[in-house]
Amino acid sequence: MKFTLSWLKRYLDTDKSLEEIAEKLTAIGLEIEEVYDPSKTYAPFKVAYVESAEKHPDADKLKVCTVRTPDHGLQQIVCGAPNARAGLKVVFAPDGSYIPGLDITLKKTAIRGVESNGMMVSEREMCLSDEHTGIIEVDDQYEVGTPMADIFGLNDPVIEIGLTPNRADCAGVYGIARDLAAAGMGTLKAIESAEHKGSFKSVINVKLEDEGCPHFVGREIKNIKNGASPKWLQQYLKAIGLRPISALVDITNFINMAYCRPLHVYDADKIKGDIVVRASKGGEELEALNDKSYTLDAGSITISDESGVLGLGGIVGGTSSGAEEDTTNIFLESAYFDPARIARTGRDLGVSSDARYRFERGVDPEFTKPAMDLFTAMVIELCGTEDTSVSEIVEAGAPISWAREIAYEPDYTLKLVGMDVAANTQKEILNALGFSIDDSGKTWKISPPSWRGDVFGKADITEEVARIVGLDHLPSVSVIHDGAMPESAETLLLSRVRSARAAMAARGLQECVSWSFISEAQARIFGANDNQVSALSLQNPISQEMNVMRPSALPTLIEAAMRNEARGYGNAALCEVGPSFIGTAPDEQLMIACGIRSGSMYDRHWADKDAHRKVDLYDAKADALAALEAAGAPAANAQVRRGAADYYHPGRSGVIALGKNIIAQFGELHPGVLEEMDVKFPIVAFEVFLENIPKSKSKGTSKPMLKLEPLQPVTKDFAFIVDEALEAADVLRAAMAADKKLISGGDIFDIYQGKGVDEGKKSVALSLTLQPKAENLTDKDIENLIKAVSDIVEKKCNGVLRG
Amino acid sequence: MTDIHALKVELSSEIEAANDLQKLDEVRVSVLGKKGRITALMKTLGGMSPEERKTTGQALNVLKDEIAALIKSQEAALKKQEMEERLATETLDISLASRPERKGTIHPISQTIEELVTIFGAMGFKVAEGPDIEDDWHNFTALNFPPGHPAREMQDTFFLPEDPREEGEKAKKLLRTHTSSVQIRNMQETMKNASQDGGPPIKTICFGRTYRSDYDMTHTPMFHQMECLFVDKDVTMAHLKGCLTDFVRSFFNLDDLPVRFRPSFFPFVEPGAEVDIGYIKKPDGSIQLGKAKEGDEQKWMEILGSGMVHPNVLKNCGIDPGTYQGFAFGTGIERLAMLKYGIPDLRTFFECDVRWLSHYGFDPLERPNSATGQ
Repeated sequence: MKFTLSWLKRYLDTDKSLEEIAEKLTAIGLEIEEVYDPSKTYAPFKVAYVESAEKHPDADKLKVCTVRTPDHGLQQIVCGAPNARAGLKVVFAPDGSYIPGLDITLKKTAIRGVESNGMMVSEREMCLSDEHTGIIEVDDQYEVGTPMADIFGLNDPVIEIGLTPNRADCAGVYGIARDLAAAGMGTLKAIESAEHKGSFKSVINVKLEDEGCPHFVGREIKNIKNGASPKWLQQYLKAIGLRPISALVDITNFINMAYCRPLHVYDADKIKGDIVVRASKGGEELEALNDKSYTLDAGSITISDESGVLGLGGIVGGTSSGAEEDTTNIFLESAYFDPARIARTGRDLGVSSDARYRFERGVDPEFTKPAMDLFTAMVIELCGTEDTSVSEIVEAGAPISWAREIAYEPDYTLKLVGMDVAANTQKEILNALGFSIDDSGKTWKISPPSWRGDVFGKADITEEVARIVGLDHLPSVSVIHDGAMPESAETLLLSRVRSARAAMAARGLQECVSWSFISEAQARIFGANDNQVSALSLQNPISQEMNVMRPSALPTLIEAAMRNEARGYGNAALCEVGPSFIGTAPDEQLMIACGIRSGSMYDRHWADKDAHRKVDLYDAKADALAALEAAGAPAANAQVRRGAADYYHPGRSGVIALGKNIIAQFGELHPGVLEEMDVKFPIVAFEVFLENIPKSKSKGTSKPMLKLEPLQPVTKDFAFIVDEALEAADVLRAAMAADKKLISGGDIFDIYQGKGVDEGKKSVALSLTLQPKAENLTDKDIENLIKAVSDIVEKKCNGVLRG
Repeated sequence: MTDIHALKVELSSEIEAANDLQKLDEVRVSVLGKKGRITALMKTLGGMSPEERKTTGQALNVLKDEIAALIKSQEAALKKQEMEERLATETLDISLASRPERKGTIHPISQTIEELVTIFGAMGFKVAEGPDIEDDWHNFTALNFPPGHPAREMQDTFFLPEDPREEGEKAKKLLRTHTSSVQIRNMQETMKNASQDGGPPIKTICFGRTYRSDYDMTHTPMFHQMECLFVDKDVTMAHLKGCLTDFVRSFFNLDDLPVRFRPSFFPFVEPGAEVDIGYIKKPDGSIQLGKAKEGDEQKWMEILGSGMVHPNVLKNCGIDPGTYQGFAFGTGIERLAMLKYGIPDLRTFFECDVRWLSHYGFDPLERPNSATGQ
């Protein structure tokens, strides 16, 4: 919402400065977005007098002028304007001044060998208009030295506020003046609108057939003369960015901006029969005044006559019946439209207009008639002729019922916002804002004014009091925890998120935050089925690359690795803890910690020949286990088995599970996926399903008692030849079962295939840790154990102990 | 007796002359071994008179101990020398890099969230959670955005197809435009679990992804918000001011950071306020948060929206606004992180550029905690 200082002062009697007013506007909730003072931009430019203009010695079209300037004496200026001549008053721009229309700062120069100081400017160079056929010719009445800003009305500061959608009343300058007056910035002037009785009955009648327009007031005015509006009016409109069109249109715009009251003027001679306000039938056409044409759906509020739709009520008028330069008889509409209906039509058709902006926020339902009278007075003043006559008012419907009473105790402001404001002060504020108060009882009965459709309850009343008093008076009271020690703030899930993230980062992964939406193609690759794709597709995506909620964060991480690699930063190791989506219900939105490693594990290293090896599934497995463990999963008890999602390599991937409950998956990405995504380097990945991790059963913080064995453990190595398809962990598990009391641990330290091992077989080398309990092991004990181990591995795994 | 003295002199010089451990050992064997010279002398004691045996025996024992000690010290000297010789040959190039290790990083958004949990946790707030894909009722209607209200258009909403499993406003799926929807779930949940005289206080914070259909220099279609809610019988706007002031001063580690409240409008609060924090513009154009010193202009930047929970919102969640009242505020996590850590461009948060992650990311071992003041 924009307005100028002098426009504001039409309604507010004030001696406050622009700065004070601007500061107060922000303080009462009408936040200043910009204050633009054009007089500062135009300060260097003043009226000067051309004493002589001679032809340039070396250029036919240039003149060398001697100009009497106010502050720089006589100046020689080379000028190419055809109208530059002796005896002309011009606008002079001195050297060093900034020319807004050219975006340059003037410097002393020489043109074709003749010195030139400053310039005489055109309207375009001053950003006044597109006029550039010659320099500005200033009326002779202005003295040399008169600031240009004074002549062209450029000394009126423009104020722009960011209006919150609840304050329709301040979408008019008058409403802003009222708020300022209530806040002690001056005195509000009354609106002067005298009622016009009218001298004849309008031939145009109005019928309301759509409840979206409950009240319509109209009037015919005959024999007027439309034309350009006066300079003051044009300057107001230009200052706030509106183009002056004609007196009639400018008056409606003025009343709209001044009082938040959209009006519409019809050329009465173009209306066929009566006006009917009705819902559009589907398919009706409208050539609108914004130079666009619309095909209407059914159900928009239209203003129609016998010929069809004249305009979209409360949004935009049509060209067929609009007032034009030669219009002499007009019909004026001052109607009230339902905000929700206006919002819907405006949104559906994509029309923004000053009228829609106000109607959808809610205009004053009681201002239809006063606006009519204000308009009538202005039309008579600006367009009236000797024959002008005004009809009686044509009225259909009635103002909506808006009056209400709010029960309010003056100490509620202290209770709700903690500000102690005296009852009398509260009363003064509310009265100044137009509220009437019945304070005969302890509880006040407050009636908000018709223009405050946003005030319903006592909290709203408190807000009015608090904002006008000023929130800088709000005391500050710390919120402190009411026990001695705060309890844990985190939820179980958040703790898991935090711990998993730290574990992944500690293992060298860089945490990313990537988009929750991906392309449909990627969503399908990463497991979304048809139903999921359609349920999870955005109706209005930013782009087709970001249109489906992701079933996994892996594709965005893979793309990130590709982008980094393309920039010369390969081998990215990235992770993310974020949502993945298998449906739109709350429990179909999963919190997943995942990560990828790409390319090589490390750069080449002089001491570690293995450092440059390609990433493999064991890296991803370690990542998954680290994240699981950090998140509190009993990772040691989990089973690792096949069955990862289809986007993993079928032979080089697995899941980590507790029974049927899969808590993670990991592995190499499927080569087909890499091919489809055009990835040229190996990638391993893992995903940890944080919400699948069971709650820890143990209560309390105590750890089990530490039991230290007094005797030294012994390690014993074995190697078994088994089928190559057999999983090594099966061999280890079998071996360890040979004597569960004695064997306290075991590892696989080598897998060998090749010379000495038959085709289709492999050698699995194990190291078992034996922990004697009562006495040290004898050779015999060890011999027995070796036999037990080899027997059981032979039995369960068909394994043969290597010699 | 003179023999023994002469022997001592002789043996001492032999020991001294043994210049490696092997030679020293040969000397030891030749003197103290089974057939050693002192051992041999010991054997002669048997043929002596008791008188002679006593004095000679004593002298021989002294000699034996002295020689043993000499050998021991010579051995230590030789070992030391040998070690020094070996060390002189054992040199590695210390300029070479140690074995590779990868260092991961924590994203600034996560870091900031952890800092906020630490600060608000100390004030007694607990974390609440809610889904990213919301429905119209939780995101708008329950928060007092009536259908068709222009305030809904302040937020460019991403819409999803209707969920056939739900009805009405709950079937209308969308991406939450703010974390305020979690307030609703949080209050409903509290009331559902409330025993006879249960219910508030509700003192929660929540964090998460939020979405708006806007993508330019200063907007991304996904961003993060934090939401804070405190409902009880006597929570006033003064508590809101205290809580926010304490929070921003702690978060930015500036004890006198100026905080300004301005009236504003959000449908789910009444009264509503926007909150600004103070900064000064330095001569080079950069921004420094804090109180202006004399001569500097105090400038303000908006960091969050807040207010007293609207009675309609309490009602929508089954809480009696006649008994309970409270405050709520919401703020952007990225904005806080940008201001605190000097990150210039919002869009870079989501680009996953490893150079950016390395530069702006945080060490996984340096997590915020209240003992270190984050």
